[in-house]
Amino acid sequence: MSENGSTANLVEVEHLTKRFAVRQGVFARGKAQVHAVEDISFVVRRGETLGIVGESGCGKSTTARLVLRLLDLTSGTIRFDGHDISKLPQRRLRPLRREMQMIFQDPYASLNPRKTVGQIIGAPFAIHGVKGARTRVQELLETVGLSPEHYNRYPHEFSGGQRQRIGVARALALSPKLIVCDEPVSALDVSIQAQVLNLLRGLQSEFSLTYVFITHDLSVLRQIADRIVVMYLGRIVEIGDSEQIYSAPKHPYTAALLSAVPRAGTDPRERIVLTGDVPSPIAPPPACVFHPRCPRFHKGHCDVEAPQLRELAPHQEAACHYPLERWPMSDAEIRQAEGANRADRPHLEGAAHEA
Amino acid sequence: MSAADERKLLDVRGLTVRFPTPDGVVQAVSDVSFSLSRGETLGVVGESGSGKSVSNLAIMGLLNRSRTTITGEVEFKERNLLTLSNDELRKVRGKEIAMVFQDPFACLHPMYRVGAQIAEAFSAHSDAGKKVAWTRAVELLDRVGIPNARSRARDYPHQFSGGMRQRAMIAMALVHNPAILICDEPTTALDVTVQAQILELIEDVKREFDIGVILVTHDLGVVAETANSVMVMYAGRIMEYGPARDVFAQPQHPYAWGLLDSMPTIDRRLSALVPIEGAPPSLLAPPSGCPFHPRCPYRFEPCPTERPPLVAPAPEAHLDACHLPWDKKVELGAERAKKVAA
Repeated sequence: MSENGSTANLVEVEHLTKRFAVRQGVFARGKAQVHAVEDISFVVRRGETLGIVGESGCGKSTTARLVLRLLDLTSGTIRFDGHDISKLPQRRLRPLRREMQMIFQDPYASLNPRKTVGQIIGAPFAIHGVKGARTRVQELLETVGLSPEHYNRYPHEFSGGQRQRIGVARALALSPKLIVCDEPVSALDVSIQAQVLNLLRGLQSEFSLTYVFITHDLSVLRQIADRIVVMYLGRIVEIGDSEQIYSAPKHPYTAALLSAVPRAGTDPRERIVLTGDVPSPIAPPPACVFHPRCPRFHKGHCDVEAPQLRELAPHQEAACHYPLERWPMSDAEIRQAEGANRADRPHLEGAAHEA
Repeated sequence: MSAADERKLLDVRGLTVRFPTPDGVVQAVSDVSFSLSRGETLGVVGESGSGKSVSNLAIMGLLNRSRTTITGEVEFKERNLLTLSNDELRKVRGKEIAMVFQDPFACLHPMYRVGAQIAEAFSAHSDAGKKVAWTRAVELLDRVGIPNARSRARDYPHQFSGGMRQRAMIAMALVHNPAILICDEPTTALDVTVQAQILELIEDVKREFDIGVILVTHDLGVVAETANSVMVMYAGRIMEYGPARDVFAQPQHPYAWGLLDSMPTIDRRLSALVPIEGAPPSLLAPPSGCPFHPRCPYRFEPCPTERPPLVAPAPEAHLDACHLPWDKKVELGAERAKKVAA
């Protein structure tokens, strides 16, 4: 890997693992670990939007925070712009922080109510000792579709959508290379969501930004992501080009996610309804973590051997022993995977699962 | 009395809700009228502050009467719920009309067993003993798909996942076989695969018990998949109201067009999303005339001054509150459909 930062990849993540210690039991004597992120590898290419999608607790936000080194890694490496940042101390990380910024989910919680908009957006300049902040802040306000006169106003004077624009302006302040967006439109009404998504798209082409876009909303993701990582219980189950994954998912979990999204179209398609809930990340199931809920489960294989990510189509990898052959498939067709016998899966019938 | 009338459960006429605040009077719901029949799922959609939750709280009598002014009529079983005393209301609430709320984490008491909380809901309207109540709780937990209901009833809420808690809330709502189930954003706090399970459960329950369901949500997709009729609300008023098929196949109000067009679709990547410009109005000083006119791209002379009534603009149309003449709506609707298809 070249050290001059001119590679096609802005971020390279290898075998990233993060475990959190938790205490359990009476007097918190027992120690257990939450396997938040387990051995994941991916790259973020310059100028692209990499979407990370999954349900709550799948490790998507933890991954984002690890990439920005807001959390320390348990193991693995992260290279940002050619530099290995996995073990850099915070002091040496600070100059690099200018290059990586974050937009948060909740526009009400992420802005200090006692600071003016000018102070909020100007804070990055103050921290990094950049002069001429005021004019830059006013330019930024215009860039994100607010008015320069808003400089002296307080966050409570703005609506949710406008606040999110302030958050975007703050992230843009130091002209970063990477912006991590953690559910940036989830708290907004649908008519405002579209405004912010359009803004993010426009800024990306204007300033050649690279986004890591975290969301649980597959419809939003389709509108913004070039490539997608689907996570389940801390693992990557599928990764690849967005169009490819949306038009022909290979992993049964991805397929279930896609089919579960309610549509406003007039022709509803059949859902693949998963039984049970996501297991606890403290004691993830052995082998394939998805096997207790998987409609294509094969006894003696999926619960014994963990599937590795493998290329199943150009620019599309999935970690599954029995990937889908085509799409769309109905629930029944998926269950008819060769050799998959419902009698092998009493746990699916009762939907029983111990949390 | 016709067969349709016999199936009718709820008739709301001219419901208006005002909250006095230090800044002035907020008119959260203005002149809302609708009805609900057995076997019907009425989807109420709107953005934050559109009055969709407040109107249902008003129906349930869950707004503090000393601090709100509620006018209009809510007719249920030949009684006007708005004129009932609190004691009389309590006999209806939880028994004949039950409600499921958004956040299943906040709605269960963390220190009581799930089964006991459901049994308590049963005992509130019944003199039967504790044993009967507990049996009923277990029976319902089983009915809503909690595995090993007998032992899980002894669990505390923290031992349940989000989806299971929402199932328990639905079980609690069903203890007395209510006639109406009001679900306020029942799946908003849940993951999409669990959301699918809960929506399916609500549909099953509706069929099995032959009840009416009011489903309040901001998610048009959820409504499209589950509702028979749809009411689109904006700034406390009904903008469009009709059978779900028609509202989604041929929406009539510019606000409904805006909502549908700004919704990101999962089916393909759009070159640009079409947002509704501006932001929803403050209900302290709602716009004159049509509340949507400041954001409406099709406004013309009467819109800022005259409030459009909620009427069917043509015999083949459903209800909307918009001044645009019918032929203009058909024309714009066709243009829109062409754009969507392209």
